[in-house]
Amino acid sequence: MAKTLHTLVVLVENKAGVLARVAGLFARRGFNIESLAVAPTPDERFSRITFVVDVASAPLDQVVKQLDKLINVVEIRQLPPAESVERELMVATVNASAAQRGEIMDLVRIFEARVLNVGPDHLMVSLSGSPGRVDDFEDLLRPYGIVELQRTGRIALPRLSRTTTPA
Amino acid sequence: MKLNGGQALMKSLELEGVDVLFGLPGGATLPLYDPLIDSSIRHILVRHEQGAGHMAEGYAHVTGRAGVALVTSGPGATNIVTPLCDAYMDSIPLVVITGQVPYAAIGTDAFQEADTTGITMSVTKHNFLVTEAQDIPQVIHDAFHIATTGRPGPVLVDIPKDIVDPNNPRSGLDWHEPDGHDLPGYNPATEVDPELIRRAADLIVAAERPVIYSGGGILKARAAEALRDLAELTEIHVVTTLMNRGGFPDDHPLCLGMPGMHGNYTAVTALQESDLLITLGARFDDRVTGKVDAFAPHAKIIHVDIDAAEIDKVRRADVGMRGDCRAVIEALVAELRGRSGLHTVDRSSWNQTISGWQERYPLTYEQSAPGEALKPQFVLEQLRDGTPDDTIVVSGVGQHQMWTSQWWKFNHPYTWVNSGGLGTMGFAVPAAIGAKVGRPDRMVWAVDGDGCWQMTSQELVTAAAERIPVKIAILNNAYLGMVRQWQEMFYDERYSEVYLSPDLPDYVGWSRAMGCEAFRVEDVDEVESVIAKANEIDDRPVVVEFRVESAEKVFPMVPSGRSNSDIVVDPSQQG
Ligand SMILES: Cc1ncc(C[n+]2csc(CCOP(=O)(O)OP(=O)(O)O)c2C)c(N)n1
Repeated sequence: MAKTLHTLVVLVENKAGVLARVAGLFARRGFNIESLAVAPTPDERFSRITFVVDVASAPLDQVVKQLDKLINVVEIRQLPPAESVERELMVATVNASAAQRGEIMDLVRIFEARVLNVGPDHLMVSLSGSPGRVDDFEDLLRPYGIVELQRTGRIALPRLSRTTTPA
Repeated sequence: MKLNGGQALMKSLELEGVDVLFGLPGGATLPLYDPLIDSSIRHILVRHEQGAGHMAEGYAHVTGRAGVALVTSGPGATNIVTPLCDAYMDSIPLVVITGQVPYAAIGTDAFQEADTTGITMSVTKHNFLVTEAQDIPQVIHDAFHIATTGRPGPVLVDIPKDIVDPNNPRSGLDWHEPDGHDLPGYNPATEVDPELIRRAADLIVAAERPVIYSGGGILKARAAEALRDLAELTEIHVVTTLMNRGGFPDDHPLCLGMPGMHGNYTAVTALQESDLLITLGARFDDRVTGKVDAFAPHAKIIHVDIDAAEIDKVRRADVGMRGDCRAVIEALVAELRGRSGLHTVDRSSWNQTISGWQERYPLTYEQSAPGEALKPQFVLEQLRDGTPDDTIVVSGVGQHQMWTSQWWKFNHPYTWVNSGGLGTMGFAVPAAIGAKVGRPDRMVWAVDGDGCWQMTSQELVTAAAERIPVKIAILNNAYLGMVRQWQEMFYDERYSEVYLSPDLPDYVGWSRAMGCEAFRVEDVDEVESVIAKANEIDDRPVVVEFRVESAEKVFPMVPSGRSNSDIVVDPSQQG
């Protein structure tokens, strides 16, 4: 079944247990969180949580209303993927024998990724970009053997009107 | 002024106007119980913390004010989870204060440590873990604000021992009276939208078969009078859900009584056949709708609720309004008063249909022959007729609950106390005690099942010790009756684990041992006189055990998961 992804950006009070309250609500309504990113905002009283969830619109509407009932939730924004810019960061350690290193470096250049660390048999690389682009890079690295990989989960902001996004 | 945290807590509660606490102490609450000796607040020492929670609920049901319970950490806190969940489901304002192990010990699996805020997160409107003594006054002020405003509900405040312990330097604070709230994510205020009022009025004026579907939100919003104005102005019939019994008088000619799984035929069918449901403070609970897809298939929906999440949750509304029921109804009444065409649609045939159903399918039961066990419905009629009109009636959960809602006549708001959403067996005895504490001027009768009574009857010790003269009617049918009814109807009479025996325990002996007066009634001729005798006793609790027919069933009934159109009436009315 095709996924119906929704991005919710939730401003919460910076209080103990808030993430558990918010995440618990999703669990209670029986749907999975695809991705989750949390960080403090410039105003230290608040944090911002970006959720990506896979649900049909009707239950989403109910979840948004239930989230809104949480005392520590200050604001909820729904960002349709088509109307927002999403970014994610990936860091990976990849097998890289001397013979393979050149090929991997080609990928790094094509994707405008970065090399963070070099070892005798490994490379550590990072890429930030749209989630789809990060997926593509990950797919292309996989044949070399990914030793370890972490992704941050997405963050998003609404697209500015009448602009384009440079790669 | 320098205070310690325990003193600050008591002072904060006094400032909120708390007159009674239901609770039981323990190691973590020693510093909270100590200043209680010097406080004006009455404390009622329960025998089980579940009792404290339900008492606080009973108190809140009848007074509209927050009920308050104070219990210790660990098992004290876990024992009160059921009442929290109960209050959450029925939107009852509660403030529960739990002791916690010292702050530094949290997370170490210390003696009597439980993750109380974690455990109660999903059954409270909000909860707090207080970490500094200095925060106590503000947190208590916020807790009462959250519990009692918007959609009311339970709020829990967990307080580590060290910040209230006078012997610990962490408990010292400079007393300051809280000044307002800093809750940027909490906005219970609502405004009435005149455009939505106009659209609702348009639907009301044009409807041919309208019904007012009124729920517990009417009572929460103190909107009983407004509801009556609306019904009388529009001449539209009213159903009162289980949570709103008494919110519209049963003796009013426009009252249809309770809808739902065990509602009466007319209330259920009027909803089902209507072309407009004016839904006020009700939430389309599955016990009311039956199979949702088949519920009131021709009806347009007006839905008013203080909680925006209720609108469009189960049934999409044609006009959905987040709002305080009273404010919205008053605005609607004002709008409708200004309209000329209020009674131009001819509803006489709808009204005739309704009275036809009422005549054909009244609530009914077969009287028992002399010498046979009492009929529970008969007992309820006698109780109803033998007690003052404004008696507060509390029930447990099961057949007796449904019979009580069906057969009592509720003509006053805040006279019916029960566990509707969670369906908590063991609710009645403690809730009745709390109700009597809240309204000592009223007669309070609980109607309980023999199964339910055995869950929390020990609280009658509390009632006897505190001289709280509640009256408990046990309908002893020797079974977990409601479950037995389902086994009889849907499981081929295979009665698995529902028999309780009529004689074990000896209810009269047990009640007397707890300090109550107690009677057993087996004979039809004694029912009236024993009720009169029980009504006389005003210095201690009274328990009356009525031996009732085991096989009696609650009718009408909409079988679970079926459409309300499949309602099963009393056997005497079938065919
Ligand atoms: C705490 C709890 N456990 C189990 C149930 C399931 N239940 C609902 S009604 C009922 C039977 C109640 O029996 P009794 O109190 O004798 O009342 P009756 O139905 O016979 O009037 C049971 C077991 C419940 N509602 N609450």
